[in-house]
Amino acid sequence: MLDEALEAYVATAREVGNASSLHAAGRRARRRVEESREQVAAVLGARPSEVIFTGGGTESDNLAVKGIFWARRAAKPDRRRVVSSAVEHHAVLDAVDWLAQHEGAEVGWLPVDASGRLDPQALRAELAAHADQVAVVTAMWANNEVGTVQPVVELAAVAAEHGVPFHTDAIQAVGQVPVDFAASGVAALTVTGHKLGGPTGVGALLLARDVPATPLLHGGGQERDVRSGTLDTAGIVAFAVAVEAAVKGQQEYAARVAALRDDLIERVRQAVPEVIYNGDPTDRLPGNAHFSFPGCEGDALLLLLDAQGIACSTGSACSAGVAQPSHVLLAMGADDDRARSSLRFTLGHTSTQADIDALIAALPAAVDRARRAAALRTPR
Amino acid sequence: MRVLAAMSGGVDSAVAAARAVAAGHDVTGVHLALARNPQTYRTGARGCCTLEDSRDARRAADVIGIPFYVWDMADRFHEDVVDDFVAEYAAGRTPNPCLRCNEKIKFAAVLDRAVALGFDAVVTGHHARLGADGLLRRSVDLAKDQSYVLAVLTREQLDRSIFPLGDSTKAQVRAEAADRGLAVADKPDSHDICFIADGDTRGFLAGRLGEAPGDVVDASTGAVVGSHSGAYAYTVGQRRGLHLDRPAADGRPRYVLSITPKTNTVTVGPAEALEVSDVHALRPVWTGGARPDAPVECEVQLRAHGDVVPATVALDGDRLHAELRRPVRGVAAGQAVVVYRPDPAGDVVLGSATITG
Repeated sequence: MLDEALEAYVATAREVGNASSLHAAGRRARRRVEESREQVAAVLGARPSEVIFTGGGTESDNLAVKGIFWARRAAKPDRRRVVSSAVEHHAVLDAVDWLAQHEGAEVGWLPVDASGRLDPQALRAELAAHADQVAVVTAMWANNEVGTVQPVVELAAVAAEHGVPFHTDAIQAVGQVPVDFAASGVAALTVTGHKLGGPTGVGALLLARDVPATPLLHGGGQERDVRSGTLDTAGIVAFAVAVEAAVKGQQEYAARVAALRDDLIERVRQAVPEVIYNGDPTDRLPGNAHFSFPGCEGDALLLLLDAQGIACSTGSACSAGVAQPSHVLLAMGADDDRARSSLRFTLGHTSTQADIDALIAALPAAVDRARRAAALRTPR
Repeated sequence: MRVLAAMSGGVDSAVAAARAVAAGHDVTGVHLALARNPQTYRTGARGCCTLEDSRDARRAADVIGIPFYVWDMADRFHEDVVDDFVAEYAAGRTPNPCLRCNEKIKFAAVLDRAVALGFDAVVTGHHARLGADGLLRRSVDLAKDQSYVLAVLTREQLDRSIFPLGDSTKAQVRAEAADRGLAVADKPDSHDICFIADGDTRGFLAGRLGEAPGDVVDASTGAVVGSHSGAYAYTVGQRRGLHLDRPAADGRPRYVLSITPKTNTVTVGPAEALEVSDVHALRPVWTGGARPDAPVECEVQLRAHGDVVPATVALDGDRLHAELRRPVRGVAAGQAVVVYRPDPAGDVVLGSATITG
């Protein structure tokens, strides 16, 4: 957590007060929440009333996808189509799947190209065929695995032409690339604290005033009657501090980290010439480098690099902890072996040139060993 | 050494991993995901495939302070252990899946992968002793001794194995787990076959092999004395669950003497017909010294937790023959004959082979 966010958290948490109470302490807490709302709105190009504080990214995604679907279907019962992409985070993917399984939703899945990029023309075709039935379109701003930044402004414009609300999960994007809610033309946008130096368990959904959403959580109606639950004043204050710092520092951060990242890519390619660099080479998160190492298994490489103090990530793991081939890579046309051979290196605020030197020193031997392990009858 | 600790989520493997750390090894914990569809919080029988077990293993690794990963061995386990288990029953034999899992998964697929990744050995929580002399011996806790299911391991496999618990009783292991702050200290032991959650082996086999009604035949008269819904569900020596229509002429209980998959027949007879003095077995493994040219005076054990019988064992190529000093009842093909040399410092495993008859 960012120092200033942590300090803001601790200072606020020391004060008592429920932001919904009418007494003086409650009013003080409410004031802190509203100041935070204005702070978040200001740096993300939204109006304060468009900021709905939530318990984090997963809740915001679920609220946007399910809430907008429910509200728009209620207004027009045959409007039960959801348009999404196969490379979404599970917080969106599984919410969409749930609507299909339990709420009779039809899903239009938009394809991605080999770099993981969505084509606005595909959305145009989808909406030309089904605009009347589409309740919501949801597509992420930037991919959490391969780092590809989507053409969100074009996609949102296509949706707007057809009068369909467009939600974007911008969890990976805020603080990494320029994000402006109003200028982007999206109807709803997810942001969360822990990806930008704020606390875990606090986030927001930016929701345009004219977009209806049925609540997931019913109760006191604290947040615009769309979200209930006593507000986490300290968390919200710290979140707002972190969002502001991330957005204000974005350009400088992106320039520094992208330079490191480009060096990492270059040197990984020299060290392991057969490596495949995944994702869009230019429209990409500055701190993301994603590779497939042919003949290796990502989880074996992870174990070997972890033992050398180098943290990296494979795709995701199932509930038992078993590594799964990345659905993002598979959607990009990779086969199972290539998907399983993939590894993501993420650079951030604390990354240094020395980190990259350490990786390059350890990588060739790790790749050799991982290859030997994979050459055995492959455990799956 | 750089060692890989196989952690099931139970108390034994957790303490084994902790002892490996205490012995100065560089330890990495690995939980083997063996079920294709791990279930949450399975009730009743405890095995090694539940999400709860995976979580318990991770928690133990955290407490011990070692890196922890989950390896997906589900496909290998299904091919080499579960499918083999079903095929063996279908062929009229009685397999021991724990033994097969040690032979094919823990000390083969896992060990091979570990070695390829730069590890020197695999550590497990088995109750058996493996000392500097390289000999595999029974645990000091004879009630928990697992040398029988480890006797299939070859010299190469044993040379890359560490069993830190062999000198301790189960009670000592539990006490140590509590001292070390491991939450699994009082976790119940697993007893059943881990991939048969409800313990209903017959039901599991029926689901895999289908119903196959056939006759139960009396060995002495050749008369049909009952029917069954699948010969594969029976084990030599079994008495209960035969549901015979007619009592034996002499009124004495009858036992399964043999299973003939070809004719789908279960043959029954009196207890004494079960008695066997000669045991024939295939594919011997010999790890207790040089492979003997001459017959060896020793003891044999013919099933897990079974009686130990004095015997003379001779090897001939791919065959092993054991001449028992006294007859034994209920020797089932598919089980292992494990050869021990009595020793005050712990009976030594000399070798093993798969019983054919």
